[in-house]
Amino acid sequence: MSEMTYRDALNLAMKEEMRRDASVFVLGEDVALYEGSFKVTRGLLAEFGEERVKDTPISENAIIGVSVGAAMGGLRPVAELMTVNFALLAMDQIINHMAKIRSMFGGQTFLPMTIRMPGGGGSQLGAQHSQSLETYFMHCPGMYVLYPATPGDAKGLLKSAIRNNNPVIFLEHELLYNSKGEVPEDPEHLVPIGMADVKRPGEHVTIVAYARMTVLALQAAEELAGEGISCEVVDLRSLAPLDEDTILTSIRKTGRAVVVEECWRTCGLGAEITSRIYEHCFDILKAPVIRVSGLDVPMPYSRKIEKVCIPQPETIRQAVMDVMSGVY
Amino acid sequence: MEARLRNIVPDQELLTFYEQMFISREFEERCAEQYTKGQITGFLHLYSGQEAVAVGATAGLHGDDYILSAYREHAQAIVRGAEPRRVMAELFGKATGICKGKGGSMHLFIPGLNFMGGYAIVGGQFPISVGLAFAARYRGEDRIAACFFGDGAVNQGTFHESLNWAQLWQLPVLFVCENNFYGIGTEVHRSSALASIHKRTCGYDIPSEKVDGMDVIAVYRAVKYAAEKVRETGHPYFIEATTYRFRGHSMADPATYRSAAEHEMWKARDPLPSYAKRLIEEGIATREALEVIEARCRATVDDAVKFAEESPWPEDSAVWEDIYV
Ligand SMILES: Cc1ncc(C[n+]2csc(CCOP(=O)(O)OP(=O)(O)O)c2C)c(N)n1
Ligand SMILES: [Mg+2]
Repeated sequence: MSEMTYRDALNLAMKEEMRRDASVFVLGEDVALYEGSFKVTRGLLAEFGEERVKDTPISENAIIGVSVGAAMGGLRPVAELMTVNFALLAMDQIINHMAKIRSMFGGQTFLPMTIRMPGGGGSQLGAQHSQSLETYFMHCPGMYVLYPATPGDAKGLLKSAIRNNNPVIFLEHELLYNSKGEVPEDPEHLVPIGMADVKRPGEHVTIVAYARMTVLALQAAEELAGEGISCEVVDLRSLAPLDEDTILTSIRKTGRAVVVEECWRTCGLGAEITSRIYEHCFDILKAPVIRVSGLDVPMPYSRKIEKVCIPQPETIRQAVMDVMSGVY
Repeated sequence: MEARLRNIVPDQELLTFYEQMFISREFEERCAEQYTKGQITGFLHLYSGQEAVAVGATAGLHGDDYILSAYREHAQAIVRGAEPRRVMAELFGKATGICKGKGGSMHLFIPGLNFMGGYAIVGGQFPISVGLAFAARYRGEDRIAACFFGDGAVNQGTFHESLNWAQLWQLPVLFVCENNFYGIGTEVHRSSALASIHKRTCGYDIPSEKVDGMDVIAVYRAVKYAAEKVRETGHPYFIEATTYRFRGHSMADPATYRSAAEHEMWKARDPLPSYAKRLIEEGIATREALEVIEARCRATVDDAVKFAEESPWPEDSAVWEDIYV
């Protein structure tokens, strides 16, 4: 194990996979010379050269379309969209093309490609740059969606994504890049796609979360432990496919659930998870499930009110208290 | 021999150009300072170096003409007539800001001045400009839409779609490319197959012209001519103004990808001192008169910072307001 940042863990995952497999290449806006606008691709151009680390024009739809073609042609592209917000300009290639091609063509081809994109709110970047669009991708069959919370998972999951023969949407939280954690050194250590992780075991309430929300949930759980409430924190890691087993097993144990999502509440991933909990655990629930969500509003710039729109450890703590007391 | 300024523009307006360029620079440099102090947060893209484009171009337009821009737009808004104090308050995230603190640096909008927005999605403003021009023609209004954008934006699909559309429907759009030679860290020839951006319009048969964007008078003349053409014919026109940003892409960018020599070369062409020199040489202003203008600009920006500091934060309940009509 060695300690490193989420950024460095992602960087190392790409380097290791590029060393391992010559068909892996990286493309995106400012990923080569500038080394990425969040510096995740630092050192890649120097080590792998211009043919494998490519700066592109500001043309998101084409970045993904070109990746689709390259994947169909036998390469293993790792595309970076500068932020998830710009994926909206590439939704045609992502949804209409990338996610459809294998099935629509009767399984005769496959697209081993990964699209990395930083996202999330909390940096006062305003309405067009602060979105949490994870649900948009989860909604569409034909691709996987991953969103790590820790450096260790970031590395292991990105490596799995790059080796996987399906298209993978790989989300990264902008506010986690500097967070530190233990990362296994073994270059063969992978985190499997489709497996959630119990980040903290507990007895009374299950908190289901992902990415930065996991970090906040762990903070809330720590505080609540001091008040005698024991929370189990399930970190989804993989949003599609969802690891229903791990979620349900935990809730069968605790009988209570709080689901935390950074995205908008309406039709958010919390609604999907809550629904699955009701489908399978209705009989054993001791209280209704509570969702803690991003507010259903375009994100305001002002830091004073931006905070109101994003779940905070305090809102998670309150939801746990409510689900425990049954009063809400 | 260059034409004498006085033969092009009346003295008073020449001084206004200087004042507008000076306040733009002053405003941006104070923003940098306030960002460093943590008063301004988020992304902050400064315009220092590019002032001649906003000032010359705005002067070449009518007040009724629409202006749309990207996220590097403080100066464009202020030159159009936005109150510096309300722009600064917006950057501070205060309730008194131009968009009530909801927009921030990248999203200024002042419909009363026909300033129809700063957009942070590269290329988002192209088709919106075309739509505004269509609405103006539809309603029989005597105005055009001026769409400002960077060299990096011309590879978005919306650029090509909008050029084609404007020409196909013969709409009064003036496209103004502020070519500062970089889109973040990528130099224009590394992102565009045809780096001479104004030549790209030949695919749509739109007349275009390249102008020195460090020379306020050159920009003014080019835009005035182009805007008149657009107004007269109802067809689009395209201007590429070559310029340079003296700072990084945003406050987060140390701009190490540009050589010191390149930076120095452009610094030597700083649109402010060269214009001041011309004003003095041609007897339009004395150094002292310019200093009076400069002091006035500084006082205005001081006032803007003070106003922003003292303004109240938005109420938490404001997040639910202004979403639907
Ligand atoms: C659709 C989209 N893609 C990427 C970005 C990130 N981004 C912001 S500014 C920028 C460079 C734009 O360069 P240019 O158009 O030359 O404008 P300048 O910043 O030089 O004024 C990029 C890539 C974005 N905001 N929107
Ligand atoms: Mg540029």
